[in-house]
Amino acid sequence: MRYLPLTGDDRQAMLATIGAAAVDDLFCDVPESARLTEALNLPDHQGEIAVTRHMQALADRNVTAGDGPFFLGAGAYRHHVPASVQHLIQRGEFLTAYTPYQPEISQGTLQYLFEFQTQVARLTGMAVANASMYDGSTGCGEAVLMARRITKRKKAVLSGNLHPHYADVIETMTRFTDDHILRLPPVPQSGEDIAALIDQETSCVVVQNPDFFGHLIDLEPIAQAAHTAGALLIAVVTEVVSLGAVRSPGEMGADIVVGEGQSIGNALNFGGPYLGLFATRDRYVRQMPGRLCGQTVDAEGHRGFVLTLSTREQHIRREKATSNICTNSGLCSLAFTIHMALLGEAGLRRLAMLNHENAVALADAIDGIDGVEVLNSAFFNEFTCRVSNAAAVVERLAGQGIIAGVPASRFYSGLDDLLVLAATELNSDEDIDALASALQEAVQ
Amino acid sequence: MSDLRYTKDHEWVRVDGDIATVGISDYAQEALGDVVFVEVPEAGAEVAQGGEAGVIESVKAASEIYAPVTGEVVEGNAALDGDPALVNTAPLGDGWIFKVKVSDAAQLDTLMSEAEYQTFVEGLD
Amino acid sequence: MNRQGRPSAPGTVSDQAPKTFTGHQGLRLVEPLIFEVGAPDQTGVDLPKPKGGVNRLGGLERAAPVDLPGLSEPQVVRHFTRLSRKNYGIDMGFFPLGSCTMKHNPRLNEKVAGLAGFADVHPLQPESTVQGALALMDQLAHWLITLTGMPGIALSPKAGAHGELCGLMTIRAALEARGDARARVLVPDSAHGTNPATAALCGYVVDPIPADERGRVDLDAMTAKLDSDVAAIMLTNPNTCGLFETDIVEIARRVHEAGAFFYCDGANFNAIVGKVRPGDLGVDAMHINLHKTFSTPHGGGGPGSGPVVFSEALAPFVPPPWVVGGEGGFTLSETTGPESVGRMTAFHGQMGMFVRALTYMLSHGADGLKQVAEDAVLNANYVLETLKDVITASFEGPCMHEALFDDRFLKDTGVSTLDFAKALIDEGFHPMTMYFPLVVHGAMLIEPTETESKASLDEFIGAMRALAQAARDGDTDRFENAPVFAPVHRLDETQAARKPILTYQEPVPAEAAE
Repeated sequence: MRYLPLTGDDRQAMLATIGAAAVDDLFCDVPESARLTEALNLPDHQGEIAVTRHMQALADRNVTAGDGPFFLGAGAYRHHVPASVQHLIQRGEFLTAYTPYQPEISQGTLQYLFEFQTQVARLTGMAVANASMYDGSTGCGEAVLMARRITKRKKAVLSGNLHPHYADVIETMTRFTDDHILRLPPVPQSGEDIAALIDQETSCVVVQNPDFFGHLIDLEPIAQAAHTAGALLIAVVTEVVSLGAVRSPGEMGADIVVGEGQSIGNALNFGGPYLGLFATRDRYVRQMPGRLCGQTVDAEGHRGFVLTLSTREQHIRREKATSNICTNSGLCSLAFTIHMALLGEAGLRRLAMLNHENAVALADAIDGIDGVEVLNSAFFNEFTCRVSNAAAVVERLAGQGIIAGVPASRFYSGLDDLLVLAATELNSDEDIDALASALQEAVQ
Repeated sequence: MSDLRYTKDHEWVRVDGDIATVGISDYAQEALGDVVFVEVPEAGAEVAQGGEAGVIESVKAASEIYAPVTGEVVEGNAALDGDPALVNTAPLGDGWIFKVKVSDAAQLDTLMSEAEYQTFVEGLD
Repeated sequence: MNRQGRPSAPGTVSDQAPKTFTGHQGLRLVEPLIFEVGAPDQTGVDLPKPKGGVNRLGGLERAAPVDLPGLSEPQVVRHFTRLSRKNYGIDMGFFPLGSCTMKHNPRLNEKVAGLAGFADVHPLQPESTVQGALALMDQLAHWLITLTGMPGIALSPKAGAHGELCGLMTIRAALEARGDARARVLVPDSAHGTNPATAALCGYVVDPIPADERGRVDLDAMTAKLDSDVAAIMLTNPNTCGLFETDIVEIARRVHEAGAFFYCDGANFNAIVGKVRPGDLGVDAMHINLHKTFSTPHGGGGPGSGPVVFSEALAPFVPPPWVVGGEGGFTLSETTGPESVGRMTAFHGQMGMFVRALTYMLSHGADGLKQVAEDAVLNANYVLETLKDVITASFEGPCMHEALFDDRFLKDTGVSTLDFAKALIDEGFHPMTMYFPLVVHGAMLIEPTETESKASLDEFIGAMRALAQAARDGDTDRFENAPVFAPVHRLDETQAARKPILTYQEPVPAEAAE
């Protein structure tokens, strides 16, 4: 067994030192009745060749996003990840490190977390960001709980165009607290008037931008209405590349910004692991969930970094902690930091414009098709079109090697004629042509 | 001896008229180590004897501050916001935490004198 | 070849290192922040130029700069390579961090997880295009169910604490479904901090239960607290003292008799995998940290993965999604059933970790996983046995996968657990877990894992014994100043917390500051 260094002789020698006759003597505290006496009905160990064969066979049964024209988004986006990102995050000193509780031998992790926090704060237009959450959806639930702690109010108003999984997660996380969640119905053509629903009981409004259907919205009037009523605006960004082209949520008045950072540095991975971005204003920092890295000096006066404000966290505060969260998405945040460092301001803006241009080209290519109508006037790299029986269209195109987008019916029963499509820098003109002609055929 | 009264939770009280100033004892600040943050109750808050009135944090610990007497908070020590180290350097002076308008002076009699508190603390070690 | 160089001879090197001009010290390199070396117009990614002229951003285009520096690829590679060298990892040496199970991370797992057929697959693709991914989830579920003897499973929780939340919420949903509102959850003093934090998030009051002098749950004290108001007990087994709860079957019986559920924190499943099935102990729900028992990398703090297994009674309440097998292949059931606790996260869980964990399970097989538990327990007992004459062990052995010591052996030496651990850094090891669990004074919790050789353990044991001797001998300098051979010395955590600096701020130019 290639992962186990002890030899038979080692085991005998160690047992002799311990004074045990057999290793089972060391399990003497396990009740006799509960010890497994028969082998489990599972295969025995296998070498790399056999395991690789098994896993490759599973992998081969999936169509990958790179196999053909691909236009799927809805909270996870296919982007180019530079080769150096994967190389660097696979370095053993990053990959096999623990949470940096021993700062003297964790400065590598701590410094990139500090860089990550700074990148996220600047992107979102906020003062501070934490060292990341599990993903955007759970971060969103945490933000609602945080707004309650700050405002001491219990009513959260969720936009109907918030990603439905995110809204589901908020409902789950508040199921056994006495929070009141007002979840609005989806408005695929945009135009929701959420500001009108904010009252003196409201702790927060949760609004996604670009929203689930791809619409870009001006958050400023919503922020104003929220602040007038003493409530907070939680802005949700599921496509972080959009921040290279669109005004930041902070600039538009958001109090907490929650994001899914997968787009930068991280693969699609069939849904995880992803990267929760979490940023807020300076004055709310002590109410934040999750790890925070801070700058300080060592005994010789040299700059160094430590995890700080830990008294918010479960390992110290236990049942009074701001959250039960323990991990962050360490390695995913490293991939983000590296990719963002490679992009820089210039690269990010260019990347964002390429996405937008491809999405506009896609929208123009299909909007002219009889039976297809694009609903969005303002969008970034994702939009919604009306097409009869979208699920059947997606299935049919998948049979032709084209992943067309996601039918809204996957999330909402009744919304059968809506298709949400995304385009990124990875889509070619040929991809767009292929989709347009296949779609034309499908709707005839 | 001083005019301070103490609780078993290591708060001290100094009474001036019907206003009681509250802080934590020298023993408590020593045990906590470097204080990094104090959550001070706001003026107008109602606190009850033995109830939570604030939180005091060191790097690796957080402890509740319990109100020694019932009443309305008239002032929180704003200086602690910028300089929480005052709790370490002057626990009985500038490091005071809040002032409360005492609603039941009889409660003060339930607290320990300085000498009683010293005996209490010696028994802890 | 260095024919020109001055020949070196043993004993000619001075102890006094010169102060360098650059601040670097050979391979100990000072590294600035990316914000101090990058430039806004620099980029390390060559992207095609946008065609221009297109703008359907609805008047919301960004005007203000993001203020993010860019770096070329060589700069980025060097920056992060230098940072990496300031880290300790399992790949570098022994990492006896109790309760964290820092075992070797096989590279085959990484290679397989990187296959395009797993990594480049979108969670919302049509089911017909992701049959391999669904089959993988089904196989992983089968392994976990078989290894734990528990029939229900939720794969989606993102980490251990998220799994705890899933498990406890499911328990509450089951209780409420039978109209049985209960208010309290029993949690031992020795529990991980996530346990009480999770219970609080589920709206429960945490009621602590003490340990007895053997380091186990005090059965009488627990029983005294068990009433119709108790929803669940949250118990780690083996517990955080590294001991198997000998009364566990009886604990489960009494908990069930009281109408409550038994939540097991599965953080320490590594010690018993293949030897004992939690289902046979009476457990109702248990999360499994894939990054502990099943070797997915810790990655400097995540991502984790925390699938939860359930007893029959709780199975109807688990969160979506579920993989369902059928004649036409696998489908993914994403709708929330009437009794389900609800969705825990977007999409389907930590697929990248599922791939790694299944690869690991197939590699070890049922026989290898049993050997994993046996070697982990053997290694821990070897450490306990060879140290307990000089370092005070908190409880009688045998222990399970980790050995707990406390600071009684440091009494009157002036050396603290923290000092001792920091000195271990200078000796080339990652420190053990310190000051946890809270039930003993100055705890030192050592978990060697099964992936250490005997030679590696012997070196560590030698260092521990030598340090203990040094502490007794009054050689306190090596403790007070430790570590001196790390990239930085001890850091001022007080300043970091009093005046938090959480993001990089451009230095203010001298004239502006005046």
